[in-house]
Amino acid sequence: MKFLLIEDNFELAHAISTRMQLDGHVVDHAGIIADAIAFSTTGEYDLILLDIMLPDGDGRDFLKQHRSGKKDTPVIVLTARSQVSDRISMLDLGADDYVTKPFDHAELQARCRAVLRRKAGASQTLIQIGNVAFDPVAGHLEVDGVAQNLRNRELRLLEVLINAPGQIFSKQKLVDRLFTYDDDVSENAIEVYIGRVRKHLENSNMKITTLRGLGYRLEHA
Amino acid sequence: MPETIRLSMSLRNRLAISLISGAAILAILLFLGVRNFAAQIAQQSQDRVLGASVTSILDTAVIRNGMAEVDFPYASFSMLSTASDDRVFYAIYQDDRLISGYDTLAVEGGTTGTKSHYRTELLDDAVVRIATASRSLVGSELRTRITVSVAQTQDDFAETLNRISRNAAFLGIAFFLFAVSLSIWAASRTIVPLKRLATSVARRGPQDLTPVSSPVPSELAPLVSSLNKLMTRLEQSLKQSEDFIAEAAHRVRTPLATVRSYAEATLHRVDKEENRRALRSMVRAIDESSRAAGQLLDHAMITFRASNLEQHDLDLAELVRDLVLRLTPIAEMKDIELRLDLTDEVPAKGDPILLQNAIRNLIDNALKYSPSESVIEISVASKPTPSVSICDQGPGFAEDEIAVVSGRFERGRNAQGITGSGLGLTIASDVAMAHEGELKLANNPKGGACVTLSIS
Repeated sequence: MKFLLIEDNFELAHAISTRMQLDGHVVDHAGIIADAIAFSTTGEYDLILLDIMLPDGDGRDFLKQHRSGKKDTPVIVLTARSQVSDRISMLDLGADDYVTKPFDHAELQARCRAVLRRKAGASQTLIQIGNVAFDPVAGHLEVDGVAQNLRNRELRLLEVLINAPGQIFSKQKLVDRLFTYDDDVSENAIEVYIGRVRKHLENSNMKITTLRGLGYRLEHA
Repeated sequence: MPETIRLSMSLRNRLAISLISGAAILAILLFLGVRNFAAQIAQQSQDRVLGASVTSILDTAVIRNGMAEVDFPYASFSMLSTASDDRVFYAIYQDDRLISGYDTLAVEGGTTGTKSHYRTELLDDAVVRIATASRSLVGSELRTRITVSVAQTQDDFAETLNRISRNAAFLGIAFFLFAVSLSIWAASRTIVPLKRLATSVARRGPQDLTPVSSPVPSELAPLVSSLNKLMTRLEQSLKQSEDFIAEAAHRVRTPLATVRSYAEATLHRVDKEENRRALRSMVRAIDESSRAAGQLLDHAMITFRASNLEQHDLDLAELVRDLVLRLTPIAEMKDIELRLDLTDEVPAKGDPILLQNAIRNLIDNALKYSPSESVIEISVASKPTPSVSICDQGPGFAEDEIAVVSGRFERGRNAQGITGSGLGLTIASDVAMAHEGELKLANNPKGGACVTLSIS
């Protein structure tokens, strides 16, 4: 997906971009409102991440301008304030959601997906490999034309694997992607999810292979 | 906040007391004045009768056969009769020799002339009023001087004076009582604008720091102007401290976010288990500190708002629906279903920001303690009072801890290994109390914790 990140702190912007690129996203960064407006009017983005305190104005001003234009790119506000009233006013101004800094990237992505799902603009994220059609945003998997019903963690596991077919993922890495840092889960928990995803992919020409001692990878059957 | 106002005497009492003491002095002066005036009048009338008596005796003095002769006309004493049977004394001197009457009634030296002189003296243990006049008689061979004194006790005079004093006292007291009621009325009337001002300030909402705009008497203008200035300063400093907190939060949270993002990114790239463990601990520590900071700020905000509760009409069902919508992505990450049982709107009165914060803390708790692929049931009821129940399928509370865990910074024994500051239930309980409701903790017989927040 393509993100526009509006954040005046370059360190943070770089950290977020780095983290998001690891998930295969493209991130454009604007440090001031003027740049952000230039980016958002010339480029097409799936989602805008907006910081509130900016050197040349308030992020709310950008929201107003953004909403007064024809664009309906969803906006998620990155706020450092924890006052509920402030968050509410943000939503009133047309932000689609907000996360409070510091945020869990898994949560940010979950919110992005939820927002995109609401906006029903998810079709461009469709991944088609062989007889498998997978839309990570809509949470939709079709195998050989048959819709499969996956739980969220199963979807996330499939998303990780399908974004890098052939790459080996250790159990521990998969745990980090699937569980929050609060959860104390054993590596064996991942086997349950691998088993379930395998079951969904039974009739496909993709399969998850186990590399003893190394981890798992998705490959063509 | 206990009110420690040191009271001096109330303005109303001060004013009333000044007015009443003025009235008392006036009443006493009135009494004395009337009494004095009456005494003078009474004395004058006694003097006139005494003078007439003396004159009528003197008028009879003639020189006959070379002798001075004085007669007592009947009227000269009868005119002196009074209701009080006052005694009458007389003395007639020819030159300095007593020719008739009481020798104790001395003639004052130097009383010459037919015009009467009056004085008051003690005679035979009685106070008497004495009138004295003299007349020179000139015959062919005799030239003599007749002096007549007539004295009368003052019983009747005293009686009259008493009667008049009594009346004067009645008058004084009546005047005083009238003045007292007038003073109290006037004092009360005077402080009415003050009371009105106090009520209008007291009736303000906690956020209302606008200047007082209704007209006030000119004497109150300095007070109101200082009050307005104070409120302007207060508003500025509130605004400043809000900005300060926002700025402080921004300054702290932005670098934390940077560290967290880098830590996550690095975690995805390193393979060595030792490094990965360190990075995970780092992320957890950041989450813990930011959550604690957030809850402390929330708690401070809630304490402030709870002591100045704003009451709005709101729909509790809609408030909970919005919260659930907002928390669904987080629940989905753990494959937890937030099952919302809503029927109708649930009208309630309260502070939406407080309620939202409290309920979000309760759902957050449920999310934290729920195993994945479980269900959290959230229901909103309007009877008997508006309430929200949140039941999870987690470990529940340890039975003996139910009373304790809503205390500040207390965490349940079943909370091991889960990030939290222990303020969540405190916040929810404070909010419930501010709304004259309560927070009930219970364990679901089928397993899991059930928390019910009800408001009045």
